[in-house]
Amino acid sequence: MRPGNFIKTVVILTMIFFYLPLFIVVLMSFNSAKSPVWSGFTLTWYIKLFTREYSVWNAFKNSLIVAIISSTIATIIGSVTAVELYWKKTKLESALWFLTYLPFVVPDVIIGISLLLLFSTMKIQLGLFTIILAHITFSIPYTMMVVYSRLQDFDRNIIEAAYDLGSTDLQVFYKVIIPNLLPGIFAAFLLAFTLSIDDFVITFFVAGPGSTTLPIQIYSMIRFGISPTVNAISTFMILGTIFLGLVLRRFIRYVF
Amino acid sequence: MKYAYILWLMILFIIPISIIFIFSFLEPQVYGGVRWSFTLDAYRYLPRYLNLIWRSIWISGIATLITLVVAVPVSFYIAKSRLKNFLLLLTVIPFWTNSLIRIYAWKIVLGNNGIVNQLLGALGVGPIQFLYNPFAVILVIVYTYLPFAILPLYASMEKIDDSILEASLDLGASKSITFMKVLLPNVRTGLLTAFIFVFVPALGSYAIPDLVGGVNSKMIGNEIVRQLMSVRNWPVASAMSNLLTLIALMSIVIVMKRREKS
Repeated sequence: MRPGNFIKTVVILTMIFFYLPLFIVVLMSFNSAKSPVWSGFTLTWYIKLFTREYSVWNAFKNSLIVAIISSTIATIIGSVTAVELYWKKTKLESALWFLTYLPFVVPDVIIGISLLLLFSTMKIQLGLFTIILAHITFSIPYTMMVVYSRLQDFDRNIIEAAYDLGSTDLQVFYKVIIPNLLPGIFAAFLLAFTLSIDDFVITFFVAGPGSTTLPIQIYSMIRFGISPTVNAISTFMILGTIFLGLVLRRFIRYVF
Repeated sequence: MKYAYILWLMILFIIPISIIFIFSFLEPQVYGGVRWSFTLDAYRYLPRYLNLIWRSIWISGIATLITLVVAVPVSFYIAKSRLKNFLLLLTVIPFWTNSLIRIYAWKIVLGNNGIVNQLLGALGVGPIQFLYNPFAVILVIVYTYLPFAILPLYASMEKIDDSILEASLDLGASKSITFMKVLLPNVRTGLLTAFIFVFVPALGSYAIPDLVGGVNSKMIGNEIVRQLMSVRNWPVASAMSNLLTLIALMSIVIVMKRREKS
């Protein structure tokens, strides 16, 4: 059945709906007025962003540190768990799937405040360390799922062949499974990285003074009203996302 | 490593959620914190928030409905299109874009001197206050969660055998009947997943009502944070959180049952 004109119209309107607000943010970042009324082209906000907004750059640095550390750890634990789960049946399987699904549906606010209560009960000082712990926690189920779904297209015969040719468990793991899985592992890392860079709500609760991340910085700027510097930061983030999307096109089907 | 995985989620997920569960049965202390004596006071307090709970449910319900109504034709189109990969990319990019920036974009578009009001002004209408009401919250929830609905629906639509749709058309069903009676029942699992992926997080949303909602469109998430941070009544915040967690738990049980069946 070919989609009719009605469906085509809905698709076109949806794409406009997706992109028009983002386009307007980009446009407004070059607007010389502070309000969203167009009054001429300027690069003032970009110059301001690069020369004066130290707190933005510090927040950006924190975001990168957190994202790199947390997505690396989450990818390692998640991938190896997925391989173990695929390789050998375990009694823990249904408990493990329950644990995996749970963080997907528990709202961010609750994950955030529950971690805040845990850290404050255990007298752990809030800072980059607690943010990293929180980010690993919410990205681990994603990395596990992405790698696991990649494993489902994996041809088991290759493993059998490797065993028949005399490989040990460890050799099968390093020489057969890992190389074949690399695109999936990379996709998992990428997803965890994006989730970490993007997260506002959970980070908001577990960040201490001096450990502001970029989304938290943006949040406090938005709270003060519409600021053209936010438009400039947003433009970078939107273009960065599109660039990443284009470069990593072939990984997207693994991410979902 | 699977033990590391389980242990990690036990310590940093199950235990914290359990702390909330326990705190909801304790007495509050004046400046936050809890006193270790059992009481159901926090739950007795909840009926006062019936309005807020009901509002959160209808706002997320309407937003989910709109999201699904849009996502079904879009995901169908993508699944049948030759430009599949490109269209998927177009869907994933907003999903990857920072969520605060997506909320902020709507503040610029819908603000009192935003683009929409400038256009209306040129037509001699307005300005209309679009922001800080349930309408704005619903709109931004739809915007934020639409990719979450399109992607699982696309996965279901892709698996459908085209010949059953052709058969329905050959046997004389109209396109819309085929859509409703053949296509939709075949993507039930995708629809259910999409529903849960949108409804549950929408119900617990914090940032969206906080930034584009007004006093009459705050949701449970905002009240939980207010009880915890400003009112400093930890047990009440915990009791409200348990309500949301309960809904999340029920939705997982449904999804896991489905998964076993298929």
